[in-house]
Amino acid sequence: MAFLDKHKAIETHATLLLVLSFLVVTIGGLVQIVPLFYIENTIEKVEGVRPYTPLELAGRDIYIREGCYVCHSQMIRPMRDEVERYGHYSLAAESMYDHPFQWGSKRTGPDLARVGGRYSDSWHVDHLTDPQSVVPESVMPKYSFIADNVIDGRYIAQIMNTHRMVGVPYSDEQIAEAQADFAAQADPNADTAGLLERYGDKVTVSNFDGTPELTEMDAIIAYLQVLGTMVDFSTFTPDPTR
Amino acid sequence: MCAKQVKKAPAQVETTGHSWDGIEEYNNPLPRWWVWILYACIVWGIGYTIAYPAWPMLTQATQGYLGYDNRSAVAAEIKMFDDANAEIKAKLVAAPLTGIAQDDTLNQYATSAGAAVFKTWCAQCHGSGAAGVQGKGYPNLTDNDWLWGGDVEAIHTTISHGIRNTTDPDARYSEMPKFGADQLLEPTQIGEVVEYVLQLSGQEHDATLATAGQTVFLDNCAACHLEDGSGDRAQGAPSLNDAIWLYGGDRQTITTTVYGARYGVMPAWAGRLSEDEVRAVAVYVHSLGGGA
Repeated sequence: MAFLDKHKAIETHATLLLVLSFLVVTIGGLVQIVPLFYIENTIEKVEGVRPYTPLELAGRDIYIREGCYVCHSQMIRPMRDEVERYGHYSLAAESMYDHPFQWGSKRTGPDLARVGGRYSDSWHVDHLTDPQSVVPESVMPKYSFIADNVIDGRYIAQIMNTHRMVGVPYSDEQIAEAQADFAAQADPNADTAGLLERYGDKVTVSNFDGTPELTEMDAIIAYLQVLGTMVDFSTFTPDPTR
Repeated sequence: MCAKQVKKAPAQVETTGHSWDGIEEYNNPLPRWWVWILYACIVWGIGYTIAYPAWPMLTQATQGYLGYDNRSAVAAEIKMFDDANAEIKAKLVAAPLTGIAQDDTLNQYATSAGAAVFKTWCAQCHGSGAAGVQGKGYPNLTDNDWLWGGDVEAIHTTISHGIRNTTDPDARYSEMPKFGADQLLEPTQIGEVVEYVLQLSGQEHDATLATAGQTVFLDNCAACHLEDGSGDRAQGAPSLNDAIWLYGGDRQTITTTVYGARYGVMPAWAGRLSEDEVRAVAVYVHSLGGGA
């Protein structure tokens, strides 16, 4: 192993050691950092993906706070068993407004990437309140307390602003109207013209938890019901090179 | 090879020449088996990045010499199984719904495929045994008590379009008035009609109040639930004269139902499932508790 013995020459020569160390760090840095500058190119263009509405974004924060990602992934891999069970495999574009993304790698519970529209709102209320009441086989803990937490979205504009800083294209108008939109989405009797104009006609307006108050339950159900529903896969042609 | 290294007595091992307080640093070469595995991995890694998609370039990653990609692979695998079942699926879609149960081959395929679809998409609400969730509004599908009709065609329509959802314009829809919340009935009238419903379903009730409640019932409820309370499947109005209840049949629960009404929602499945899957699960559900 004569070759390996040569390192003595480097280790005893300070300048050479410095130059070679710098070279190694430079290569490592280039390989890791440069791709981040053109990562946008790796996200294929698809129709329909929009930033979350204020209420959905609040629901997402509750999802993260309660550690839902610890047991639920949000990425359907391109494998037959997953596609047959959960629906079309996930696209990069579908989580491009997620900071941080919720792909996950652990499935104690099922994948939630396309849970939106799969169950009724009242099922989600029953299930989050007491999972075993609807799915006796489930090992999921109860989250009934989120129905008691009344929220008004007073900080949602700041949260949206933070998301804008990391690349989510919220407009000034969307941020200015954030708290109004937050309340409107959970109230079927509210004037939702502005909300639908800012976020698109497909936004679901509903009294998600069935109670008059706007609670964390409303927010998390609004979030769950939009997951995976933004892209219309009947008009989508996959690019096989992705 | 590695055993050879261990046998060396410490004094014979080459040192780096560094010495701290008399403690010398050995200069043992890496075990050769380890070094060769490292080299083999490097060579394999280079080969892999040539054969498979790997390096991110400016517009997309390198495609790899073998031309493999996940998306085509999964599409091909799904197509393989679709093709294997294509013939019987086509038959299932072409057959009249009511005739499927009479055709042994089709019936066997439809009930097995339907059971698989049911466990994946329906069991979360209706239970893995299709017995629903009593008292919570998730109907039992194993009895012959149906809200919107229990023949195979009605079940097929319900599965395809769902109930009271906002996504399918053809969803089954009916809306019971909120008699209490919208002040359509006085609280006393609600109390009376609840007693009458208890009487209809053969439960313990206050006879005087029930008699008064009959008038309220005929004026407000009979249009949908019919005069004898047997319900109307065309409107999704449940029968009230039996012991089967969607949300519960005790005095308190019936009062809540009359006061605020109930609007159970079922998603439409026509978009998520293919027609043969919808038909298969319709036949399966019909086999559990369906009627004519």
